[in-house]
Amino acid sequence: MKRQRQRLDVGARIDRGQRLAFRFNGKSYEGFSGDTLASALVANGVRLVGRSFKFHRPRGIYSAGMEEPNALVQLGTGAASEPNLRATQVELFDGLEAASVNCWPSVNFDIWSLNDRVSSMLPAGFYYKTFMWPTGLWMRYERAIRAMAGMGRTAREADPDRYDQTNAHCDVLIAGGGPAGLMAALAAGRAGARVILADEQNEFGGRLLSEPEDGETIGGRLAVDWVADARAELAGMAEVRLLPRTTVFGYYDHNFIGLIERVTDHLGGAAPEHLPRQRMWRVRARQVVLATGAIERPLIFAENDRPGIMLAGAARAYLNRYGVQPGEKVLVFTNNDDAYRTALDLNAAGIVVPAVVDLRADPQGSLPARAREAGIEILAGHGVVGTKGRLRVTEARVAPVSDGAVAGPARTISCDAIAMSGGWNPAVHLFSQGQGKLRFEEARGVFLPGNTIQANRSAGACNGAFPLAVCLAEGTEVGALAAADAGFGAPVLALPETKEAEEAPMEVVWQVPSDRPPGKARAFVDFQNDVTTKDVKLAAREGYRSVEHFKRYTTTGMGTDQGKTSNINGVAILASALGEAIPAVGTTTFRPPYTPVSFGAFAGRELHEFYAPIRRTPIHAWHESHGAVFEDVGQWKRPRYYPRAGEGMHAAVRREAIAARSGIGILDASTLGKIDIQGADAAELLNRVYTNAWSKLEVGRCRYGLMLGEDGMVMDDGVTARLAEDHFLMSTTTGNAARVLAWLEEWTQTEWPDMKVHMASATEQWATVSISGPKARNLLAELTGDFDLSPDAFPFMSFREGIVAGVSARVFRISFTGELSFEVNVAARHGLAVWTACMTAGEKYGITPFGTEAMHLLRAEKGFIIVGQDTDGTVTPADLGMDWIVSKKKPDFLGKRSLSRADTLRSGRKRLVGLFTEDPKTVLDEGAQIVAEPRDRPPMKMIGHVTSSYFSPTLDRSIALALIEDGPDRMGQTLHASMPGRTVPVRVTEPVFFDPDGERMRG
Amino acid sequence: MPLGLLKYGFSKRHPAPRALPPRPDLKDSYDVVIVGGGGHGLAAAYYLSKYHGITNIAVIDKGYLAGGNTARNTAIIRSNYLTPEGVRFYDESVRLYQGLSNEFDFNILYSERGHLTLAHTDASLRTMRWRAEVNQHCGVDSELIFPDEIAKLAPSLNLSRDVRHPILGALHHKPGAIARHDAVAWGYAIGAASRGVELHTRTEVTGFGIEGGAVTSVVTDRGTVRCGAVLQAVAGSSSRVAALAGFKLPIRTVPLQACVSQPLKPFLDPIVVSGSLHCYISQSSRGELVMGGSVDPYSLYQQRSTLDFKEGLMANMLELFPFLSGVKLLRQWAGIADMTPDFSPVMGETPIRNYWLDSGWGTWGFKATPVCGKRMAETIAIGKAPDILDPFRLDRFERFDLVGEGGAASVGH
Repeated sequence: MKRQRQRLDVGARIDRGQRLAFRFNGKSYEGFSGDTLASALVANGVRLVGRSFKFHRPRGIYSAGMEEPNALVQLGTGAASEPNLRATQVELFDGLEAASVNCWPSVNFDIWSLNDRVSSMLPAGFYYKTFMWPTGLWMRYERAIRAMAGMGRTAREADPDRYDQTNAHCDVLIAGGGPAGLMAALAAGRAGARVILADEQNEFGGRLLSEPEDGETIGGRLAVDWVADARAELAGMAEVRLLPRTTVFGYYDHNFIGLIERVTDHLGGAAPEHLPRQRMWRVRARQVVLATGAIERPLIFAENDRPGIMLAGAARAYLNRYGVQPGEKVLVFTNNDDAYRTALDLNAAGIVVPAVVDLRADPQGSLPARAREAGIEILAGHGVVGTKGRLRVTEARVAPVSDGAVAGPARTISCDAIAMSGGWNPAVHLFSQGQGKLRFEEARGVFLPGNTIQANRSAGACNGAFPLAVCLAEGTEVGALAAADAGFGAPVLALPETKEAEEAPMEVVWQVPSDRPPGKARAFVDFQNDVTTKDVKLAAREGYRSVEHFKRYTTTGMGTDQGKTSNINGVAILASALGEAIPAVGTTTFRPPYTPVSFGAFAGRELHEFYAPIRRTPIHAWHESHGAVFEDVGQWKRPRYYPRAGEGMHAAVRREAIAARSGIGILDASTLGKIDIQGADAAELLNRVYTNAWSKLEVGRCRYGLMLGEDGMVMDDGVTARLAEDHFLMSTTTGNAARVLAWLEEWTQTEWPDMKVHMASATEQWATVSISGPKARNLLAELTGDFDLSPDAFPFMSFREGIVAGVSARVFRISFTGELSFEVNVAARHGLAVWTACMTAGEKYGITPFGTEAMHLLRAEKGFIIVGQDTDGTVTPADLGMDWIVSKKKPDFLGKRSLSRADTLRSGRKRLVGLFTEDPKTVLDEGAQIVAEPRDRPPMKMIGHVTSSYFSPTLDRSIALALIEDGPDRMGQTLHASMPGRTVPVRVTEPVFFDPDGERMRG
Repeated sequence: MPLGLLKYGFSKRHPAPRALPPRPDLKDSYDVVIVGGGGHGLAAAYYLSKYHGITNIAVIDKGYLAGGNTARNTAIIRSNYLTPEGVRFYDESVRLYQGLSNEFDFNILYSERGHLTLAHTDASLRTMRWRAEVNQHCGVDSELIFPDEIAKLAPSLNLSRDVRHPILGALHHKPGAIARHDAVAWGYAIGAASRGVELHTRTEVTGFGIEGGAVTSVVTDRGTVRCGAVLQAVAGSSSRVAALAGFKLPIRTVPLQACVSQPLKPFLDPIVVSGSLHCYISQSSRGELVMGGSVDPYSLYQQRSTLDFKEGLMANMLELFPFLSGVKLLRQWAGIADMTPDFSPVMGETPIRNYWLDSGWGTWGFKATPVCGKRMAETIAIGKAPDILDPFRLDRFERFDLVGEGGAASVGH
């Protein structure tokens, strides 16, 4: 265990009493509770933490927050391993294990850094210009290049953690719990509004947490104490919800906001079982307050990417918040006053600040004055023009600069860290995501919130208000306004007094000049993707003038840091290269998420048993206990067949089908869609949605119907019964039940609102036991005495109500198997009892349960279609030979007009026929293509395809249904079906193979 | 290492050719005005200028070059369609794509990964077999494969039978590929510009001059230009631009969303599509997972994304790849898809003479970029659509002679 040699002995927001052991790149270290992985690494003197994507250059910790481009780590091992986390955001816990990503064999010696040696040959977009010759070799090159892709690795086992999701409404959602956000929350909370205050950090306070304890005061209190008071007051308000460790990541339409709460990430192995790892909040907010702060803008100078060079604000955060020395000799480089705070704090902590290098010719603010008083050398009108050091910076070269050029000889300053600042960029990401327009302010070179169409307001640094007093004032104002707009009166809130140093204006410098020959000293704009100023200029020279082109060509901002530190600098350098103003070049669109969010959090609990809920019929348990093999039909589980010991599918299906043809088969048909339709216009609705006529259907009778889309193509089919004059029960196919109901609703609600008709799904209210076969009547007679089952009294296509097996039932005499069939519908809760009663009473007839596979075979023998199998959305009733069901008399029905279109009427359409293979044992593949003239090689002219194909035990031969061009005109012709490796001769036949006159089902 | 890069690396001035010239002033008159500077429009300009000697062309776009669906698609290229007409057309596109880097001398990073369309039910197995058969009959390499073979191609896929939607088989289309979508557009743009084609970005078309049933001029916010012919290639805005010219299209316009993950070390070579699970995924050359799902269920012209899209998509992704929970989503975005009733494009003649149409590209436009550019150029040059485009003509919707590709769409629509 190594000593934390860069840790200060006093101060900061860490708990020195709680030591936490962790491992990084295989070595053991120790940190304190309150540390991030990054602060603990800095405390242990670990400088080199990662390698860049393209050149594998050594990189160190650059920031202290979510903008971090360099310090990407693989956290944990095994199933819970997470790639590409920013060390600056990982809260340290005991036993944490992390490693650098994308380097081999180690971060200290990375073989791929060879790329850096030839980097001058690998400018932006180099891959567009090479690897093409000789022709065809690219795929070989690509294989090698692909090995270098990516950063971290995925785990290879399922994640054991849980992710939760929850919904919330609020009056005011506040993103960001710094001074502006806290004031907004106090204002809205005291007004009585329901407030959600979210902040991505583990505690509220924003940048105040990174200031020295004896620095600014608010209302006469130390800033951190004021934060604690505000937090305590908010926590005491019943209508205020505080969400620390929660990132507002997405701003969608109508103030719909996505938040991700890291519930137990910071606890590591100590996380309690009952808590999810992360929780996604979906919040609908009446009003939104954006108090998201600002992100420090780096200065772009030659050789600016060595480990030890970091943002000045980050250096201050490590010092004040984490009690860590960012270095022992820290050079400060700035174009603004704020970085002087860093210099002063470092100096006060006893860290050597060799100089403050200020690009401004004459910095005269109160902060530079204090620095002078403290004896810190200020090199005004100077810039860092180069650095040295391999795995960490060892010296800076500093020279006078003016008018964008080096104006004098450079001198060397030895240092082990450089804290630099180019000003602050307001974090306008969420504002922009919410369709807000940005405006550009020249003086500070910042994009600020402009107009928005959503109900939101920005306050504080994200609105360009950097001084603390203005942050507090803006927060108070927008908090009160948001509450008022949400219907809550004026809050009782006085603006606290503040004590802070005043800042003199900054000087916008996008690029620090260098005395090194251009091309020798690289200045990096995007650290993760190794985009240099030269690359940006190259893109401009080549004509990639739009921001989007520049971004895509150079890959600026495409890394995991989403360009938080690089986008604006890149745009500015592009604009200057093009000789255009920054607003004319524009900024890229900010897209959700604000920071990367894990897949698991998006999926939430919708996994495993909750992924796609399974629908089971009331008889499911019986099927299971009788060895059924199930198939998925839509969401339903349906028995496919019931194999007996030693039986395969074919044998089982054969046995089941023969039973249904010779004795009794029994089928669970509960999954078929049932729609209850009632109202004076119920019959008229059926007239409009089905092709045939319904007005004259007698009560107690059933009729088969075909439903067409507006395009005239078959959409669904089923039998509908008239229960009463104004009451019908429609059945649909299993898979289409919801779609048909939605279809009826759409038409009645949007096109025919005058119709007096209502409908509701009744699918799950009923269980359907279908008994089929020559002995079906005998069986049913044993189970009911209520109604006469004789063919005359209970004819085919009619229904009766009465008691079956002791319970109320609707019995439909309809048939999909072509046998004498009764479909017994009972209340769902009686389904299993009725099924069991049928099985018991039917035993003497050899009653045999059959599954969907036998059902499909039996119906195919009869030439009954299955919508979606024998049709594919391009098939009309005429194509199916079902003209008989299309009314010629009805004035209109859905799809009628399309049936008279030229193409619907033309010859040459694919139409349904039967096929017999020459060899009766050969069963065709469903989907097999039919050709008239087989050839040895493609292309071949296909004239149709097989839609259904089975071996029929009843006929003792194979049968198939097919859609073939002008099929009915080809009766008796021999065609050819393609099968793997061969073609099979087939004879075209009628599509009804068995009992063509229907005597059995009518009998 | 080609000469250009060596020169760039060794010369002090770092010479680089100007690939995309700045926007010139509009001239009074052009032989052809192409409305829409996306992949299709630029490709048509390229083929017109390179192979038909027509170079007096203006490509006009409201935004930046190739900033619409060309910049927003998931860059999948395949020809495993369901109708012979579709297969023939997209197969020509795949063949053109394969030679495009060398044609341009600009690497479009065309990467042949193979394309797996998963079947989770017997019904979808049947459709896959049907597609495989149609493809093979047209000479396109597709075959139905089963879990043991799938495991070899995509070992990271969850092939367990003990899941809600077990994978029963897949249509394996070996030529399935991805490419760098921006590079395709840039390659065409650079090639066209070098032959004199003018690229007028940030220029909005506001109307058309039509005389005697023929288009004679294009009105823009930078002035009116006379023209011999117009090509409309504005995916996502087809109906709106057609309305400016005074005709209607049978198109419904809906958003299609997509997203990418952070870059990861490669673990997935083929492109994987599941129609039943409404998702598709490939891993890019940078290591990012590029993912998409169904189109949004409402009509909209706005390119904005939603939260529920990601929730649905990620649940499906984790069903296929359960180990991805900890992987982070990096960016999401949306494009605008012009859906036709038969899931096939609309190309060729319009009710207005010399006004040619390239539209109805729904969710399948990128993969057709080369063939469409080449064949639309031919159409404009000879004044008549070639046979290969004939099935896709606009008047098929009047006669109802549709090219039904619903069954070959990647995901639900």
